[in-house]
Formats: sequence, C-alpha cells, structure tokens
Amino acid sequence: MYRYNEVDARIVGERVAQFRDQTRRFLAGELSEEEFRPLRLMNGLYIQRHAPMLRVAIPYGHFSSHQMRKLAHIARTYDKGYAHFTTRQNVQFNWPALENVPDILAELADVEMHAIQTSGNCVRNTTTDAFAGVAADELLDPRPWCEIIRQWSTLHPEFAYLPRKFKIAVSGSLEDRAATWVHDIGLQVVRNADGEVGFRVLVGGGLGRTPVIGEQVREFLPGEHLLTYLDAVLRVYNRFGRRDNKYKARIKILVKAMTVEGFAAKVEDEWQHLKDGAATLRAQDIAHFASFFTAPAYEVLPPHPVELTAAMDAQPAFVRWLERNTRAHRQPGYRAVVLSLKKTGVPPGDITAEQMDAVAGMAERFGFGEIRAAHEQNLILPDVREQDLFALWTLAREWGFATPNIGLLTDMICCPGGDFCGLANAKSIPVAEAIQRRFDDLDYLHDLGEIDCNLSGCINACGHHHIGHIGILGVDKNGEEWYQITLGGSQGNLASLGKVIGPSFAQADIPEVFEKILGVYIARRQAGERFIETVRRIGLVPFKESVYAQHH
Amino acid sequence: MRNIIKNGQVTADEWLLLREESHLWPAQDVIVPLEVWLSARLAHSHRSAPWLAPDADIATLLPHLADLPLIAIDFPAFTDGRGYSLARLLRERYGYAGELRAIGDVLQDQLYYLHQTGFDSFAVREDRDATQALAALQDFSDGYQVTWRRAEPLFKRVF
Ligand code: SF4
Repeated sequence: MYRYNEVDARIVGERVAQFRDQTRRFLAGELSEEEFRPLRLMNGLYIQRHAPMLRVAIPYGHFSSHQMRKLAHIARTYDKGYAHFTTRQNVQFNWPALENVPDILAELADVEMHAIQTSGNCVRNTTTDAFAGVAADELLDPRPWCEIIRQWSTLHPEFAYLPRKFKIAVSGSLEDRAATWVHDIGLQVVRNADGEVGFRVLVGGGLGRTPVIGEQVREFLPGEHLLTYLDAVLRVYNRFGRRDNKYKARIKILVKAMTVEGFAAKVEDEWQHLKDGAATLRAQDIAHFASFFTAPAYEVLPPHPVELTAAMDAQPAFVRWLERNTRAHRQPGYRAVVLSLKKTGVPPGDITAEQMDAVAGMAERFGFGEIRAAHEQNLILPDVREQDLFALWTLAREWGFATPNIGLLTDMICCPGGDFCGLANAKSIPVAEAIQRRFDDLDYLHDLGEIDCNLSGCINACGHHHIGHIGILGVDKNGEEWYQITLGGSQGNLASLGKVIGPSFAQADIPEVFEKILGVYIARRQAGERFIETVRRIGLVPFKESVYAQHH
Repeated sequence: MRNIIKNGQVTADEWLLLREESHLWPAQDVIVPLEVWLSARLAHSHRSAPWLAPDADIATLLPHLADLPLIAIDFPAFTDGRGYSLARLLRERYGYAGELRAIGDVLQDQLYYLHQTGFDSFAVREDRDATQALAALQDFSDGYQVTWRRAEPLFKRVF
C-alpha cells in the first residue's frame, strides 16, 4: 500500500486547517452559502435531506484494517453508528454535524485519509479494479499509476474549478472491472509491440443524464508521458468545456461537439508544448511508486489443502459461497474473498461500526491487513489462504457478510435514493429490498446466474443503471415515484448502454416485472447462456411483449 | 483608490479598471478591455493595459507581451476556472514577465491556486478585506504538481 511521506501528511493537514477556517467563516456569516458550497463540496460535504453527508476518499479502493477501524470510530462517534460504501470506491457518513466535520477530517488525517475532491467540479477519486494486484487475469498492476494520478490530481492549482466533475478510471487486467469506457478518462494499462508499458486512452465516457460510451483518443501513450498528457486533456477541457449549462458541461459533450478526431488533435497540439516537461516520469519515479505495491510475504502453499476439500465435502452451502464469493488469485494456495454488503433487508453498501471492526479483524487474521472497496459496493479481502477459507466463511456468516450472491441478481448496485439524497426522484433502497425478497430462493437465484442489476434514484445515475443488465431508474410522474426499466446495459470489455423497455412502473409492480423478464430468459436461454447474452441475442421485443402483455 | 494585493502585500492600486468598452479614458493608468486596448492604446497619455475575458483569444496579444506592464484576467465567478489556464499559458508558454492580475470575483479561498498559476496581484472583491485574504497565500506549504511557482513536481523532490 502507498504510505504518506512527510509532505503528503503536511498537505493533508493544511487542507484540514483550511477547511476548518472555511467552516468557521461560514458559520460566522463571513462566507455566504453560495460561496461556501463549492468549497465544502470539494471536501466531500453535501447538505442532504436530513443532515450533511460527508464522503471520504478511499483512493482507488485500497485501505487497511487500521483505516477501517478509524472509519468505525468515526461512525460511532460522529454518526449513527454506520457508514455506506459507494459506487465509486468511497465511503459516506450520512449524519455528521457540520461543525464536527473539521474534527472528522483531522481524525482521518491521522490515518492518512481525507475527503479531498470527493465531490465538486474537480478531478475526483481515481478508481480501479478492486482485485488489482491479485487478479489472476491481471496484465499490469494499475495501482502505481493510480497513486501517480492521485498525487497529480490532488489540489491541482489549474484544475480546481472545472466546468463539471471529472472521473478517471484505470484498468490493467484482461477483463475491464473498472468501467473505463464510462469515465471522463479511461486508462487501460497495456504493453505495446516493443514491450513498453503505456496506456490506451479513452475520453468522454460517462453515465448521468446523457450516457455515453467513451472514445479512444490515443491508442498508446507511453507511461512516462502520463501526467503531461493528462494536463493537456484537462487544459483543453478547462478552457473549452461548456460552462453555460451544467447538463452540457461534462467532457463528453465537448468531445461530441468537436468530434473525437477534432478533440484528439487539439489535445495533441496542447501536448506538444507540455511533452517532455518536468512532470515527465523517469524510470526511477515509476519504480518508486511501484515499490509501494509489491506482493506481500506470501507463503508457498499447495493448492486444494485438506482443510478446504474436507469442508467442501461436508458443507454444500460453503461450496456455493466459494463459487460465488471468492475469486482466483495469482498466488497458488490463495483466493480473494468478496464480503457481500448485499444481505436482504440491509441497504446495499451499508455497514455498521461493529461490522467494520469485524472486517478489520478478518483482514488481519486472514491476510495482510489490507481491504479493498469494490465499486459494486462490496468489500474484498485480497489475500486469503485456501486453508483458511472455511474459518473465514464461518465468521463472515456470523457477521452477515456471507450471502452467496456476488454477481447475482440480488448483488444490486443501488444509490442511497430518496431515503437520503436530496436530488432523488424516487426511493431506491425499498425497491432493491423488494427484489431481494422476491428472489430469495438461492437455488433459483443461482440458476438465473450472473445478472447485474443497477438502480438509481434519479437521472444522475449514481447507481450506474445504464450499465446494468437490468437497470432501474427512479422517475417523477406528477409528483409520484415511478420506475423506468432498461435492459441490455453492461460494463467491462463489451460496455453498452441499456435501452428503455417502455412506460415506467409503480414501485409495487417491480418484483412482478422482474418475474416476467426473468421468465422470458429462462424460457429462451440456450445452454450455458448468461442473461445478458440472451438479451443480446434475442433483443428487447420478447421481454417487452411479456412485460406489457394485456391481461384478459 | 482601492487596495489590492501585490507581491505579497496590501497596497493602494495605481491603476483604474474600466469595465466598459469606451474609448474615453481618464488621464491616468488604465486597465481596459482587450479589444479596446488593441485599437486605442497608442493615443493614451498614461500607461494602459488590457484585461482578458476568460475566453479571450490571446493570439492578438502575443506581439505586445514584452512591453506590457500589466495584464489582468477576469473571473466573472470564482467557480470559473478558465483564467488559471490562461495564466499558465501566458507565463509558461509565452514567457510573459510583467504583472499578472486577477480581477472580478476574486476571493481569499482561491488566492493560493491563483498565485501558483502565475498571478502576482489580486484585486480582491471590494466587499472583502484584502488584509484578511492575504494569509491565504500561505494556505499550503507545498504541492504535487509542476506550476509556474514550482519547477519540479513533488515526486522529483522528495526522495
Ligand atoms: S442517482 Fe440521484 S438519487 Fe441516487 S444518489 Fe445519485 S443523485 Fe441521489
């Protein structure tokens, strides 16, 4: 893991002091609400429906048991004893008091954490594959690059007041688990024909009101030029992105207006002036960042230890969990384990302070004290010995983390929606729960197989509904909460945006609609065909016919 | 005469800022819109300088950079960040060495970033106390990026 040096710590400390003074001036009436708003947003502080909400950065989803304990402490001391993991690998506290926020930030700084740029019109937390560093299909470790980007983007003087928010994702594996096609900038770490490490650069993807799949602006950017190139992209966006209409202010709109060729040429032109400048990364710089992400002290272990095979023979439920909630590891004898935060009846991503402490303990006992936050709102223990899996499963069950539903229908991505969010058109958590209750039969759930179901409470798309195989979007119809359903979206290498199937539904009808959609899938699927593959093959019409069939 | 921050101090401003596109300039040092400055600067008895809107095309200004005592960049709202890029272009790409002034919605909380990108004078909004704002130039003691004020990024300096 990256560890702060003296300067990192000093800068974060100075940001806490700066924000403390900004908060003081706001409370004293020296800063108007309008003036304070962008400042607090750039420190992750929203004023929500019930209370402020503070979003804390987990840079590229990486954190330690020590940091988790601090988050638990904050949840207990300043909040109502729980927190919420978001779809951007961050964590949110829903009930802090404004005047306490500087103290919370100071506590976070003690464990090398902050809330810098977790909201606002600036470069946000860089995200990546939650299995980075351990995934069996990893080509190149994206994490050193993520840290390089974190540093470059943190308090960048030129790019603090962009036209709109700006999100960067980095992927280094065969399967893109970082959704690089739907970010303002997506970077795929690749090697060129000469074996040099660099990036395929995608620009202009994004969800929200106008969902767009990104476009390639550079097939191969040599690694050492990453920062000067990012400066060039951001400068073009900062200067020419629209500022007159916030719905047209994202970089995707600029790319469309200029055409991707026009945009790429403009960036290239700008970059010619910046290329080889002082921010060019030398081999020793890249090596320095990589040195924080070396493999931990793995033991040499035989695969399939008897502790594992004996438990598999004895416990079918354990086998099911093993299949669904663990992933192949680069190191023989180890697996990465997903702790599900999608237990029926618990809002997706929510976790209590006691559970957070328990996760910290598990990370230490079954690993090297490291934890990952996944954008699917689950937690990951990256380095679990196969011989410990049964013991971990037993403990995870006690704590409610062992629902064997990772990647299945009930592992929903779901934004906080109308229960918490001031922007919502509709509630999302009760809808997620209704679906989880309807599909609580594990055999049926497993038979349905992998289905990404994503749910957003409004067009801002924090629940990434466009890239759900099944997407649900809360809409407002004459002051009532309705839900629009999309089919056929997907993240990853074959990223696509879902299409609306027809008129929206009342909340109570959603489980029934799901029954019908999945009924069509069951009836029409070919052997071994996953839900999304069936949708791609047969199209939307059969689903529409079933869902909107007239009752006689 | 109003107070501004210049070279790290609060001082009385010698310049008069004219917002309107008028050719009737009082007999003193004036800062006027770029277009007007380009067409009328030679007829003026005192010093004159242009101010740039955030979307200004600076190409017309480039031939004059070496002679200009001052350039001002306007911030119609403090959330409009285009002026930061303009400042870096003028300083870093075109080598402008004279006074670079931020005008408009200029507030304490943006001063540090403005200074980093090349501004050295700040017409803090008139309803705010320039002396109180001055301290913000010290908000941070270091930073990660290359800027006009920092020739090397942090990663080349810390180990
Ligand atoms: S999608 Fe809308 S309702 Fe949901 S969290 Fe985002 S802004 Fe709020």
